[in-house]
Amino acid sequence: MFQYVLKRLLSTLPVLLGISLLLFFMLRMLPGDPAQVLAGQMASPDDIKIIRHQLGLDRPIFIQYGFFLSRLARFDLGRSARTQNPVIKEIWARLPNTMLLAVAAISLACLFGIPAGIISAVRPYTWIDYLFNSMALFGISMPVFWLGLMLVVIFSIMLQWLPAGGTGSWKHIVLPSFTLAAFVVAFITRITRASMIETLSQDYTTTARSKGLKERVVIVKHALKNALIPIITVVGLQFGLLLGGAVLTETVFAWPGLGRLIVDSILARDYPVIQGTILIFGLLYILVNLVVDLLYAYIDPRIRYA
Amino acid sequence: MHEMTQTQVIRNPHRQADSQLRRRWAKLRRNKAALFGSVLILIYLIIALLAPILFPGNPSAPNLMKSLERPSMEHPLGTDELGRSILGRIIYGSRVSLLIAIGVVMVGLLVGLPLGLISGYYGGKVDFGIQRVTDTLLAFPGFLLALALVAVLGVGLKNTIISVGISMVPIYIRLVRGCTLSVREQTYVEAARAMGTRDMTILIRHILPNVMAPITIQTSLGMGTAILFAAGLGFLGIGVQPPTPEWGAMLGSGRAYLFNAPHVATFPGIAIFFAVLGFNLSGDGLRDILDPRFKL
Repeated sequence: MFQYVLKRLLSTLPVLLGISLLLFFMLRMLPGDPAQVLAGQMASPDDIKIIRHQLGLDRPIFIQYGFFLSRLARFDLGRSARTQNPVIKEIWARLPNTMLLAVAAISLACLFGIPAGIISAVRPYTWIDYLFNSMALFGISMPVFWLGLMLVVIFSIMLQWLPAGGTGSWKHIVLPSFTLAAFVVAFITRITRASMIETLSQDYTTTARSKGLKERVVIVKHALKNALIPIITVVGLQFGLLLGGAVLTETVFAWPGLGRLIVDSILARDYPVIQGTILIFGLLYILVNLVVDLLYAYIDPRIRYA
Repeated sequence: MHEMTQTQVIRNPHRQADSQLRRRWAKLRRNKAALFGSVLILIYLIIALLAPILFPGNPSAPNLMKSLERPSMEHPLGTDELGRSILGRIIYGSRVSLLIAIGVVMVGLLVGLPLGLISGYYGGKVDFGIQRVTDTLLAFPGFLLALALVAVLGVGLKNTIISVGISMVPIYIRLVRGCTLSVREQTYVEAARAMGTRDMTILIRHILPNVMAPITIQTSLGMGTAILFAAGLGFLGIGVQPPTPEWGAMLGSGRAYLFNAPHVATFPGIAIFFAVLGFNLSGDGLRDILDPRFKL
């Protein structure tokens, strides 16, 4: 298992390097002096001079990249052009909010999506299967930000049950997490259905049934367990989609997370924060995929010995 | 007699292709969801083409005297904060959204298709290089990649199309590469190679037609995603800029009036929903018809 983990960790290195290159060239693709861009519009010539020296902009490009990598390794992402706070501080302040929202949404999506997919697979081509399929399709086609606004209109303005935005109590997370969950539940329902239909037609399921096991045991212990790998893959992949959706959901509900931070930074052309937030989003996505791969090996031992 | 007719059909490639087309058309007609999706797309296309006839006048001209009016006979979907007809802006918005959808898949295809073909066909170092770049791009969720590109390129219609298009490139590369890998092992490709056919000819004549089915499906689904992504950028204020009537931007500006005029944000969302639904239903239908193996 240790060897598998090590191998998997090493395989993320080229992607990490790719991300660093992307971020490095992102700043250099902008028109004008990168030092001026990083310092912001209000910076004095002295500030710009200091930043230019810090970044090694007066040296060859590969040395600049070396500087950049060394700063990244130390999580030194520079200072925000807007607030002058270290970028990493700005990110740490908002990361827990985004994670809370993402975990709440993915949990809700699994709580609804997996049972819905199982029911659809057990009763394929019945009214309930068509109902869940239609709901899944609606979920995929619905703009998440519109759904959020409609939930605000219904539950905050008309019924006045839940707050329209902000943080503070458990009530504040209900609407944003439901909005974000609707975004991914469709994929989870669809893959659970497809995966379960396949495992339910396998010989071992027929054997389990012929042994006289209860249908519930056959479904949960024999079919679902074997259908889990594609489901976990999709849940992992959806986490990335969820981070993209979080940008919109956080904007709708004024949720102080990373998504809101990156949008505010783009509008203010605060490039150090944009760079830092993109890096963190990329790292989060890689980390989730890593965890998913490790979960595969835990669920199916054949994978770690392959 | 019956057997003879069948043999004749098989021997005649044109008739065979014709009957295959007919079979697929019959399948499409039987698939009610796909048919509904195609009808939705057709309606949007007609609306976009006939926009000046359906809504004579300038959809961006403000009329502050009629600001935030509720739906009425004069303005069936009400007016926005600047007194502009929401129906008129949705009608003209369909032009913008369809343009974005087509532009985005064109960018995705123009870059992703050749790279995917080359990567899958040649393999080796070329494949390794292209795939590492793809891995890096895939390390970012699509919408975030588009967001990052907008941060570099700037806002506006052209940059929205480029940014969302580039965010789709890695998907096309992976898809085309995967299909190419399996097609290049086929006997007819080997035969073409043995006959000394040039690589470019093999790629275009023998491999490309055989990877068209998944590309067609992805293109339909990709158009739906493109509309959603572009509307998302417009909603955040970093996509298509006012006064161009774009559904996402309309929703974004309507957000400020949710309490007193919720209709401003409601109708553009419905327009986005049905357009995306149309492309998703058609994509799903195409998958059932062209490649039932991938049916979920």
